[in-house]
Amino acid sequence: MSTTSPALTEEMRQQAIGLESQPFTTDVEKGAIIKFAQAIGDENPIFNDEAEARKSKYGGLVAPPTFLRSMGAYRVALPFELPFDRMLDGGSEWRYFHPVRPGDRITVVARIENINERTGRLGVMIITTTVTTYTNQLDQVVATQTSNGIRY
Amino acid sequence: MADQIYWEDVSEGTDMPPLVKNPTTQQLVKYAGASGDYYQIHYDKDFAKGNGLDDVILHGALKNAFLGQYMTDWMGPLGTLAMLSCQYRGMDSPGQPITAKGSVTRKYQEDGRNLVDCEIWLENTEGQKTTPGSATVELPSR
Repeated sequence: MSTTSPALTEEMRQQAIGLESQPFTTDVEKGAIIKFAQAIGDENPIFNDEAEARKSKYGGLVAPPTFLRSMGAYRVALPFELPFDRMLDGGSEWRYFHPVRPGDRITVVARIENINERTGRLGVMIITTTVTTYTNQLDQVVATQTSNGIRY
Repeated sequence: MADQIYWEDVSEGTDMPPLVKNPTTQQLVKYAGASGDYYQIHYDKDFAKGNGLDDVILHGALKNAFLGQYMTDWMGPLGTLAMLSCQYRGMDSPGQPITAKGSVTRKYQEDGRNLVDCEIWLENTEGQKTTPGSATVELPSR
């Protein structure tokens, strides 16, 4: 990045890139899936109604696409202080490989892929790109999520 | 369940029917509880104002979920979502309807799968695309 960067040096970037969170494992509860579907206002029976979902191609209830977001924090602690305490979510890209079902045991690992400083409408911002990998009890990667967190 | 759309039914440029969502402060609280995201800018107006905002704002991830619903509704029970992405370009507040819209940008076959790429977005009442994104779905063939 820029050599005039006041907050984030190249050395700090290199310290941060590649850092991984501790793996965090959690069970997918049926009630949590239904509660999530209700919270987002999605009445699709495959997310809400076990009896109806049994007739679907999944043969049972599955989680809505962004449910995995509730499986644990995806932010990796930075190894240094930054002079920003405000945070915004810049966006996400999800890739899906297997359905998530009640009873699944999901392990979440987040890894810092990139970190950069930019100046935008909020002034100086630090943008951290994090790749979160969600793996089930069969060792299948069910999804990955690449997200951009903004500190400003 | 929604009607099924088939790969043969769509072509590049096909518009997808809009989905209107009406987020409320109550929904933001429900989403905070369901997702575990308790950042106060989503339910504490004083906190939001202290962060330079005019009002509480929708969780970006809730808008992501709206676009997820938009895709799973559109692709029908036999479709499979392969990719979903969005960027939070503008903030949205509860009490304002927000509409998911989109169109098919590419239709192709890859590894024996019938795939469709879509450009999707959430639009506010002023027509601003606060949450542009894209998605890839696998559709069944007739």
